[in-house]
Amino acid sequence: MMNTSSPYVIETQDLNVFYGDFHAVKNVQLRIEKHKITALIGPSGCGKSTVLRCFNRMNDFIPTARIQGRVLFHGKNIYDPDVDPVQVRRRIGMVFQKPNPFPKSIYDNVAWGAKINGFRGDLDQLVEESLRRAALWDEVKDKLDANGYSLSGGQQQRLCIARALAVKPEVILMDEPTSALDPIASLRIEELMVQLAEEYTIIVVTHNMQQAARVSDYTAFFTVDEHRTGYLEEFGPTPEIFTTPKSRITEDYITGRFG
Amino acid sequence: MTRERSAPEIHESLRKRPRWGETVIHGLLLVFAGLSIVTTLGIVLVLFSQALHFFARPEVSLARFLTESQWQPQIGHFGILVLINATLLTSLIAMVVALPTGLAIAIYLSEYASHRTRSILKPILEVLAGIPTVVYGYFALTFMTPLLQRLLGRDVVEVFNVASAGMVIGILILPLITSMAEDALSAVPYALREAAYGLGATRLETALKVVTPAAMSGLIAAFVVAISRAIGETMIVAIAAGAGPRNFKSWREALHHLALFNPFKGAETMTGHIVRISGGDISYESIDYDSLFAIGLTLFLITLLLNILSRRIVRRYREVY
Amino acid sequence: MMSDFPEGQELEQFIKRRRQKGLIWRSLFLLATTLGVLVLMVLLLTILNKTLGYVAVRYRMEPDELVVALYRTIMLDASQTQTLANPADLTRGLAADPDGVGIMARADFEATGQGLRVVPITDLSLQGVVVVVSEANTWLTDLTSLELMRLFTIATTWSELRPEWPQRPIHRWLPPASSPALHAFIAQVYGEDPRTQPTEALVAMLAMHLSPGAMRQIMAEKPLSARTHEDFYQLLVDRVMEPTILETWSFSESILNRKAIQARVAAMPDARLEFRRWITWDFITSPQSSRPEFAGVRTAILGSLWVVFITLLFAIPVGIGAAIYLEEYGSGGWLDQLIESNINNLAGVPSIIYGMLGLAVFVRALEPLTSGSLFGLVDPATSNGRTVLSAGLTLGLLILPLIIINAREAIRAVPQAFREASLGLGATQWQTIWSHVLPNALPGILTGSILAISRAFGETAPLVVVGASTAIFLDPHGPFSKFTVLPIQIYQWTSRPQAAFQNLAAAAIIVLLALLLVMNGLAVYLRHKYRRTY
Ligand SMILES: Nc1ncnc2c1ncn2[C@@H]1O[C@H](COP(=O)(O)OP(=O)(O)OP(=O)(O)O)[C@@H](O)[C@H]1O
Ligand SMILES: [Mg+2]
Repeated sequence: MMNTSSPYVIETQDLNVFYGDFHAVKNVQLRIEKHKITALIGPSGCGKSTVLRCFNRMNDFIPTARIQGRVLFHGKNIYDPDVDPVQVRRRIGMVFQKPNPFPKSIYDNVAWGAKINGFRGDLDQLVEESLRRAALWDEVKDKLDANGYSLSGGQQQRLCIARALAVKPEVILMDEPTSALDPIASLRIEELMVQLAEEYTIIVVTHNMQQAARVSDYTAFFTVDEHRTGYLEEFGPTPEIFTTPKSRITEDYITGRFG
Repeated sequence: MTRERSAPEIHESLRKRPRWGETVIHGLLLVFAGLSIVTTLGIVLVLFSQALHFFARPEVSLARFLTESQWQPQIGHFGILVLINATLLTSLIAMVVALPTGLAIAIYLSEYASHRTRSILKPILEVLAGIPTVVYGYFALTFMTPLLQRLLGRDVVEVFNVASAGMVIGILILPLITSMAEDALSAVPYALREAAYGLGATRLETALKVVTPAAMSGLIAAFVVAISRAIGETMIVAIAAGAGPRNFKSWREALHHLALFNPFKGAETMTGHIVRISGGDISYESIDYDSLFAIGLTLFLITLLLNILSRRIVRRYREVY
Repeated sequence: MMSDFPEGQELEQFIKRRRQKGLIWRSLFLLATTLGVLVLMVLLLTILNKTLGYVAVRYRMEPDELVVALYRTIMLDASQTQTLANPADLTRGLAADPDGVGIMARADFEATGQGLRVVPITDLSLQGVVVVVSEANTWLTDLTSLELMRLFTIATTWSELRPEWPQRPIHRWLPPASSPALHAFIAQVYGEDPRTQPTEALVAMLAMHLSPGAMRQIMAEKPLSARTHEDFYQLLVDRVMEPTILETWSFSESILNRKAIQARVAAMPDARLEFRRWITWDFITSPQSSRPEFAGVRTAILGSLWVVFITLLFAIPVGIGAAIYLEEYGSGGWLDQLIESNINNLAGVPSIIYGMLGLAVFVRALEPLTSGSLFGLVDPATSNGRTVLSAGLTLGLLILPLIIINAREAIRAVPQAFREASLGLGATQWQTIWSHVLPNALPGILTGSILAISRAFGETAPLVVVGASTAIFLDPHGPFSKFTVLPIQIYQWTSRPQAAFQNLAAAAIIVLLALLLVMNGLAVYLRHKYRRTY
């Protein structure tokens, strides 16, 4: 039985990731709280994306990648042999750094995931609802047949969010969702994240300190050791991390004094 | 010691001078590049002028060329359709063999195969693509035809038949389709696959419903190029498809029991006919000689059309990712 | 919240269905791929299968009979030799003759051989036949096979064989010429394969079986002293043995139906069953022939090399030049665009169309040039433009687009920085191209050119149209020669009804593929060796 009463949706235990011989991330212990936004920050190459992709088994597609330790989703290790990765990804959706809509119509972009997952309700309604939640409906409601690539970068990213919402996931992983966008579009996505947190658990990787400080409830700071292996340096409520970090390295990084 | 140079001297040194060597080389290279246009013009000119010769003969008319059900120039029958029909039959069979197989292999290579498997399989396909067509012709005659005869009976399958030639053409164009289709599929950005997986799609759903549609223009172009190649293929049909046109007294007879389309009987294609007729010491004054160019022109126009079409498709429907 | 997505039990079912579907399709994709690989193997095996196997041959003169006939004549003509049809007579005569030596069937010796003893041969065990001497003979206790050979042919006295033996003449007692015992003796002592006989023996065999007129003619063609052992053997095959291949079997048939084939050949009058390798050195070095037993591919290989040489001479400089123009000088104006799209179109034109172009332009319109008459160089065997030159130029036009496209890619891959560095030092454009662009692009250009050349090497259809000769027996020796090429040779053999030509075609295919493999191997090697380091 799933333990739904636990406040933690995702929990990692001694998570280690290797790419071939390279030890990319070591001993990560993280607890992701339900309906909260958790930000993963840290210098480039410290393994933020790697950790994020462990949460919905996207690393399965990298032939050299190897995982040790456990990633619990409601108490169940998603790397257990009896777990279907396809179902994991349905429950834990993902939004990528670069907007990547399918070269299909806006409507099909949103409806596709639902269709393959056996959705039998009213598709039109689902598309509208998802687009509304992604704050895109008003901009595209008259051109649902247009190709997804006819939208602006920021709109494309919101389309990708709508697409992720349409399969009704519990958790949404976002890997630098605003890095390819201009400041205005970024701000809209940030607002959206805050709204979505009412219903979803969100984990977001960002390089933007202000963004992490503005939107997230918890912050995890990663950095690398002398072997360039990433590890979790500090984790806690965002205000604490940004105002009274326990670690010297964290403080240096946040104040911009980092190497 | 170097002396300080005066301004007029410097101006003089900067003046433009003709460089004859450079100009000559430039001109020569332009001529080389232009030779391709001369080649095309040559092809068009030769085919058209000789074909005109053919149509200028009193016994030949365009109407008979396009409507008759026999091709026997020596006795006054010029129905190109029987030759075209054989060409289309072999090409169709080839596509039926090569299209699904090639697409399946391409999907396997680009979506399923590990890096290692790919590095073994791709050279094999390259080897297959490098084998001269005459070898495939030999294969059609000494392997495919006996195989068909054993499976379906000697009374059904003739020694020279369209089916085995067509199937072997299919094998011939398989590497072409596969490599072009694989290129098209691999060109689809990985981000699209990630997006699909992220929504809980299986590998198959990703391959068939996201990657394949996204690569559609490249795939169609591959098919068109392959068809064009099948239509122009010569040695396989010359060896295995038949040693004479499949003539009929009338179209009614041709359609009786669909005899025109029977794949297990022999039939000469456009290319096969050209090779057989020109093989001997053909006289430049004969009607045979002129008729070759009328066939050649038809063949050239068909393949040219297909080639232009394929590039149109690629350009028009170039994917935006 | 009631979900519209399947949950619980239903979800299990749903996932299972999707997984199954995925598995089925995956198996289909894998199947198709396996099929592709399989086809290549079947193709190669089909061809290899035909290059080895049994043949039923009928000789006008069987090879072993040739050897036996020669030595029989020599033995019977030797001094002091008598033949006796009745073994009992032979026994009686020889037993009374201490200087005599005889040959008998072993069975006859066992039945009638009183007063005789068998001479053991130290390095040979004779089957079914024995060498015998009188019991009165005291010295002949053993013989080597070399001594035995001389004993019945050129030796006249015993001391010639070994100095310690008496200096008396040898008396030879033989069974009649037609007896199986004599046949068996010769086959075992002197061998039965003409190929292993000394050159003098081959000459003697020729002289025995050819008329004096024919021998004079052979000597007139080429003096005997200038001929090699191989020459004489070939003459024997051509003029005396004259094999005819009646039927052939593939390797797999030879292995699987051996009994049936043997029975079948046994029932054919005068036919012998032989196991034949079709790819032999003879096959590669013999000229074309209308008889499958003697046909080879030398003419065709030389033709291919000549044609490809012309192709190379024409297409490589022109193709690379055009590529340089398009990449380095072209400004993208309308002319450049026209040339570019034109090249792409040309690459898609069926090869047979190039053949028609070659026929109309090189063979017919430019006949004075391509036949060599313009230069007074007409080949006596040719009187028209169907020459190596026409063929080479036709193929040159055919592969030109390929070379241009490949060379352009190689040139494009040279980093722009190299050009800028060179131009920045005040080099002219051509200096830049010549000393920086071309050297760096060369491996790529070379690889592409080799691949294009190997395409030309395998091309058949356009050369049939241009008029490769069906039957030429002289090697091509220049651009104005008549020619045939390897693929056309294969085409012609494949189209012949006699089974033996199919085997020849298979053997020629292997030769062709081997040559192509060498070329492609070279291309891969070059690509690897000069792999760019920038
Ligand atoms: N597919 C891969 N194969 C091998 N090594 C990889 C692979 N992907 C990432 N790495 C390595 O793993 C380490 C962590 O990479 P990751 O992409 O997780 O970093 P990141 O924190 O997301 O960096 P960024 O902020 O630049 O996105 C890096 O050293 C990277 O080089
Ligand atoms: Mg990252």
